[in-house]
Amino acid sequence: MSDAAIAPLLVSETRGPAVTTERLPVRIILITVGVTFLILFLLLPLAAVFVEAFRAGLGAYVAAITEPDAVAAIKLTLLVAAIAVPANVIFGLAASWAIAKFDFVGKSMLNTLIDLPFSVAPVISGVIYVLLFGLQGIFGHWLQGHHVQIIFALPGIVLATIFVTFPFVARELVPLMQEQGTLDEEAALSLGASGWQTFFKVTLPNIRWALLYGVVLCNARAMGEFGAVSVVSGHIRGKTNTMPLHVEILYNEYNFAAAFAVASLLALLALITLVIKITLEWRYADQIAASRRH
Amino acid sequence: MAGARGLALKRPSAIPGFGLALGFTLTYLSLIVLLPLAALVLKSASLGFAGFWDVVTGARTLAALRLSFLTSLFAATVNAFFGVIIAWVLVRYRFPGRRLFDAFVDLPFALPTAVAGIALTSLYAPNGWIGSLLAPLGIKVAYTPTGITIALIFIGLPFVVRTVQPVLEEFDRELEEASATLGANRRQTVFHVVLPSLLPAILTGFALALARAVGEYGSVIFIAGNMPFISEIAPLLIIIRLEEFSYPQAAAIGTAMLMISFGILLFVHLVQAWARRRFGQ
Repeated sequence: MSDAAIAPLLVSETRGPAVTTERLPVRIILITVGVTFLILFLLLPLAAVFVEAFRAGLGAYVAAITEPDAVAAIKLTLLVAAIAVPANVIFGLAASWAIAKFDFVGKSMLNTLIDLPFSVAPVISGVIYVLLFGLQGIFGHWLQGHHVQIIFALPGIVLATIFVTFPFVARELVPLMQEQGTLDEEAALSLGASGWQTFFKVTLPNIRWALLYGVVLCNARAMGEFGAVSVVSGHIRGKTNTMPLHVEILYNEYNFAAAFAVASLLALLALITLVIKITLEWRYADQIAASRRH
Repeated sequence: MAGARGLALKRPSAIPGFGLALGFTLTYLSLIVLLPLAALVLKSASLGFAGFWDVVTGARTLAALRLSFLTSLFAATVNAFFGVIIAWVLVRYRFPGRRLFDAFVDLPFALPTAVAGIALTSLYAPNGWIGSLLAPLGIKVAYTPTGITIALIFIGLPFVVRTVQPVLEEFDRELEEASATLGANRRQTVFHVVLPSLLPAILTGFALALARAVGEYGSVIFIAGNMPFISEIAPLLIIIRLEEFSYPQAAAIGTAMLMISFGILLFVHLVQAWARRRFGQ
């Protein structure tokens, strides 16, 4: 790709203005506008997180992320992701196996429904569970009678998180497995492998990088989700506060340095996510359906 | 266990596990997504049509929906304009740091919205890095609808760049050579040959950014100010109604928002179908 793109620029140096690129001043103006916009709207906010986090000094930073409520929030966030991500991995594997390896009635409908949670606003993703399991929800009375708490407790947070991260794994795997077809699996089966052997020794190695790609994106969203979790969590300090909610509480208490300290951990997670994502896109482009663009 | 279960509804296959995989998929999909969403529609239906209409067209709800939609529309328009420039620059030109900037375009996808929200607020507050420059000019950004728009620009940018970029990469440059050979100058070639073929991608990116922005919550509430009728977005009003235990009202506003985003996605679908007919992709 790069050769083809560079060629016209080289031509422009030897034979006057090339017909398929802009004149140098125009190019410089466009690059300046684009880069300025990216710096102003993306890099500056990111930089602000880290500057504000360390404004009160390293000691305050360490104190903010090691105080008991912050530690509880970090633990809860890790726990929620540790449940939600594997759940969506199993779902993604099952859905892509069904959709990519078989032809059945209603397949494209199913494919569309899987993406549905992406078009539901985060707040609504939380509200639906309150309507079901909240005190005045459809099952609220029954749940209270049996002393089961879902809303304002861990199960609600996990459900809302699963909902908002629902499509991430499946939509990486489905197109890739459709591309790969069924020949490898049929070969394994005809050589006497069982269904599970075929899945674990043939299919899984074929999709491992796409799976990792989906898991990384799913995890980033699971740990960072705010709107949906905010509705179902109840904001009980040290108990049902995830990291993003803890950031909100600290911020609303004007405890800015502490809020940004916890936020900087989430920003760091975002940066690590980006690095893994880009690395996978560069190294395994052909094995990740999502990176068709490179 | 392999075989013809599902009868004529499924093409026969030598691969096992269809029943298990599809059964699990449908159960999980129904329990996590379909039934809860049905509960939302059901709850708002309990108001009856007249009741639903009263909630959705109530002054405060209407103000919130209008604010969410208009700020989203404006942000998506800004993103469509600058997103095309950024995609163009990243695909067509070579400059130092290009790959790094390319990678950072995805930052709004990866950065938790609450983090973006407090970062933008601290930048645009009257004593912030940018806010303190604008304050002497009499421009107030944080705690106004302008602030909401800034946050929505932040979260919507990748949608436009990432839909336009691949189309631009695959654009056949021989068309541009042909256009130049036929006597078009560069400006005519760009505006009459290249940009029209990018139009479906630009519209798709615009609509995706819009759909995301209409429902956005985390990055907005910190910078919004949250004054009823002025800077109160629709998702926040849903939460307020929920905390008042007005479940049907919350459900009604939620259903209205769902209808808006499905409308936008239907638009995307139609644009793509049109583009396939028009450009044969």
